[in-house]
Amino acid sequence: MTTETTKKFNIDTVEHAAKTPDTELPWAELGLKQNEFDEIVKVLGRRPTGAELAMYSVMWSEHCSYKSSKNHLRQFGEKVTEEMKKDMLVGIGENAGVTNLGDGWAVTFKIESHNSPSFVEPYQGAATGIGGIVRDIISMGARPVAVMDPLRFGAIDHPDTARVMHGAVAGIGGYGNCLGLPNIGGEMVFDSVYQGNPLVNALAVGVMRHEDIRLANASGKGNKVVLFGARTGGDGIGGASVLASESFDDTKPSKRPAVQVGDPFAEKVLIECCLELFKGSLVEGIQDLGAAGISCATSELASNGDGGMEVELTSVLLRDPTLTPGEILMSESQERMMAVVTPENIAAFEAVMDKWAVEYSWLGEVTDTGRLIITWEGEVIVDVDPRTVAHDGPVYDRPFARPEWQDSVQANSFTGSVEDAGRPSAPTELAAAVTELVASPNMCSKAWITKQYDRYVGGNTAMAFPDDAGVVRVDEETGLGVALATDANGRYTYLEPYQGAQLALAEAYRNVATSGAIPMAVSDCLNFGSPEDPDVMWQLAEAIRGLSDACMELGIPVTGGNVSLYNQTGTTPIHPSPVVAVLGKLDDVARRTPSGWREDGQAIYLLGTTAAELDGSEWSNLRGHLGGLPPKVDLAAERALGEILINASRDGMVDAAHDLSEGGLAAALVESSLRYGVGARIALEELMERDGVDLFTALFSETQARAIVSVPRSEEVRFKDMCTARGFAHLRIGVVDAAGGKLEINGVDELSLDALREAHEATLPKYFG
Amino acid sequence: MTSIPLIGEAVAVAAEPRLAGAKIGVVTFPGTLDDRDAARAVRLAGATAVPLWHADSELGDVDAVIIPGGFSYGDYLRAGAISRFAPLMSKIIDAANSEAKLPVLGICNGFQILTESHLLPGSMIKNDHLKFICRDQTLRVENANTAWTVDYTDGQEIIVPLKNQDGQYIADEKTLDALEAEGRVVFRYVGFNPNGSRRDIAGISNAAGNVVGLMPHPEHAVETGFGPESLDGAPRDTDGLGFFTSVLTKIVGGDK
Repeated sequence: MTTETTKKFNIDTVEHAAKTPDTELPWAELGLKQNEFDEIVKVLGRRPTGAELAMYSVMWSEHCSYKSSKNHLRQFGEKVTEEMKKDMLVGIGENAGVTNLGDGWAVTFKIESHNSPSFVEPYQGAATGIGGIVRDIISMGARPVAVMDPLRFGAIDHPDTARVMHGAVAGIGGYGNCLGLPNIGGEMVFDSVYQGNPLVNALAVGVMRHEDIRLANASGKGNKVVLFGARTGGDGIGGASVLASESFDDTKPSKRPAVQVGDPFAEKVLIECCLELFKGSLVEGIQDLGAAGISCATSELASNGDGGMEVELTSVLLRDPTLTPGEILMSESQERMMAVVTPENIAAFEAVMDKWAVEYSWLGEVTDTGRLIITWEGEVIVDVDPRTVAHDGPVYDRPFARPEWQDSVQANSFTGSVEDAGRPSAPTELAAAVTELVASPNMCSKAWITKQYDRYVGGNTAMAFPDDAGVVRVDEETGLGVALATDANGRYTYLEPYQGAQLALAEAYRNVATSGAIPMAVSDCLNFGSPEDPDVMWQLAEAIRGLSDACMELGIPVTGGNVSLYNQTGTTPIHPSPVVAVLGKLDDVARRTPSGWREDGQAIYLLGTTAAELDGSEWSNLRGHLGGLPPKVDLAAERALGEILINASRDGMVDAAHDLSEGGLAAALVESSLRYGVGARIALEELMERDGVDLFTALFSETQARAIVSVPRSEEVRFKDMCTARGFAHLRIGVVDAAGGKLEINGVDELSLDALREAHEATLPKYFG
Repeated sequence: MTSIPLIGEAVAVAAEPRLAGAKIGVVTFPGTLDDRDAARAVRLAGATAVPLWHADSELGDVDAVIIPGGFSYGDYLRAGAISRFAPLMSKIIDAANSEAKLPVLGICNGFQILTESHLLPGSMIKNDHLKFICRDQTLRVENANTAWTVDYTDGQEIIVPLKNQDGQYIADEKTLDALEAEGRVVFRYVGFNPNGSRRDIAGISNAAGNVVGLMPHPEHAVETGFGPESLDGAPRDTDGLGFFTSVLTKIVGGDK
């Protein structure tokens, strides 16, 4: 029996479903596999209703359920010492992890992907990526204070790259600027492997007092469930299940309708409105609506609480009155939140909504039945155990195996390869090589992007791009603040996934320490191809194993993150790209260390030793080579280097510090000189002698655990003593030269800063206007 | 509840007793972004910042008003076009035009609201390059006699952040000529015109000099370590503080 309503569709009730077991349901179109559909039938003891099918299909999608990665992700929770848990107030599993900063302050941060939507519709895809991650931060009870955006695009000269780049950057700026959140850094990489599948990741960080931490759970029988913010529309339906959990191919129609549309003004008002709710302690539990919309919010709130929930779906305020119950449950319309409010607080809650002119509707209440029941005009269309929707989705032990091609790739070292022919050695050649490097797509100035972002709003940005880490003040009285950096190297990870993931962590850790902050926590966004490909699954498994081992060794826990799979064009996967964000703490942001030197006559030191490690390097990339083994990982050295940089910052021993990573010493020297337009005189003979490398290798090798620092004369003895005491290699390689306006390196033709700056800054405008 | 404010929370804190009596209102509209920064600038200048809400019908006893930057109502219509009709705006317009000549400063979106309110002439359209732009901008103070510039000198160059999408100042030639003739061009862009503004105009005043609007953000240049850098790296991070001390000079009366 079907019930006729005023709507143009039939309501498939639970009662009806029980009586019509053989009705054909579109589970395959919704992205479910046969075994998954069978499992739903088993869990329910009957066929699902249309609404239930909609919920399960989005919640059991790869994007929401982590079904392919869950078995591996466990390591992040298992490889954790008591020491690492010390400052973790909320761990993995909530909207975002929370770390203790001291003085009653806590910080929450998380990084997420919005890759597929950003390819289909770059502006909205990137914009709503910012919106979604910011709502995750608000739902923890925090005030968002900054965002970052690691971006990976196709080849810089491919005609479609401009479309994606313009759209994504304008979207991030258009949304983030309008929210009043400073954008303090990110990444930009061009590589043809991302041509049909750019990576648009977004990070947000928020701060709160300990007592303000909020969790997503619905507890207390009789408490009311409210949906507030934007109205629910037809945008983003199936975004998580169809878009983010499947590969693109040309046989299917455009997926544009699956991309959400953002309204940053609504989000800004929602932020202020939520903070006012928190301040008045007006909500018991709160959950943002992101992937899987109301399906996710109701099932997660209910399953994390102590009872059940009953919701009337016709109470949802709609933008489009023709939406079916299934569509309402799956819609990913942005700028919505769901909260649980006690009956006593209803009036106060409504007053806050009215003040900010935010729409809301009361949907139902918390029950003690343990069931999530959703009705449509009183008729039950969903009756499920919420855990089966939110947490007990399928888990796959996907087959994985080391790819057959891995050995031959690793055997193909850059040194001595065809591409390595004519390696620069003469002074003119080396000068040209340095200039070519710093003008190259991945190493050039990112100012074209960053000047489209507001880095000032809030008045607490102590450091932003192009410095190694973004630094934001948290407490205006004490100067307490946080530093953040994100890093990934798809080329390294392609060559050796276990090490590649560790190298991403090592670099982010190093960047944070370079700024003077003590690294405390990790969030990761694991961007990979299809898990159904055993080669890709091996890359993912190895990367997670590598990352979790390295976190243990560095003593910083993963507090949250996101897995993005099916990143491929046709059957060609992207380079495995684990983007790692590290958060650090500065007791006083006034002590932060910028990446450029300013004071004439200061000594420039190189910390760490240099080996011949050019495989996977930016130089080899410029020559079109990818093979061999990435630089060695030495986490003990990273830790020692980090401690030196942190102490040097705290005790005022260095005025500038810059980590060595992509592009090696050559890139670091140019960047530190261009930062404030102050040059240097450099001699590397002693380094070449000590480490047994030639000048080219000294400049372009990407050996890890290295940094350059500028040391005031008065601090030189103390600084050297500290490095010696810690047994860490340190070598004076030059001196800051404020008058010359050039970077002089013995054995390299003179490089004028004006010419370097022009080369460095011209690249993006040349391609993107 | 916590007694320590959340980061950036708008709260009124009394500062130096002699100046703390001076109350400067900071208006918040839905979508205002730089209200906390403006309040901080007021506090750092030594006065008391008073949060004002757009929907309030009374201005209270504030001595001056700042309309801060942001995207009020998302700038979805014309920037400032909706905010101009807020209940508080009519009070501000009356007070600015009254005998007492209430000092009013509009920054960025605040400047746009002031032109929409007809407290200031002209209008802002999209930047000529059609992109949002954030940069450390050099300005020349062309008139150091307004309520918000008396602590500067004529011709002084300052660096303050600029960040906007719709920052191109336009007006008809007659209006521009009149502004120039009457000394009402208060700030001009130096070295680089970041948005195509007519005659490099960055900020203007009304005839009485109590109402000033500009696109760049002096409230982001009031604190060491958090403001702009000059090209040579020399710290220039507090060049904007003069706006807020100027109005105090006006209010408290000469001797600060």
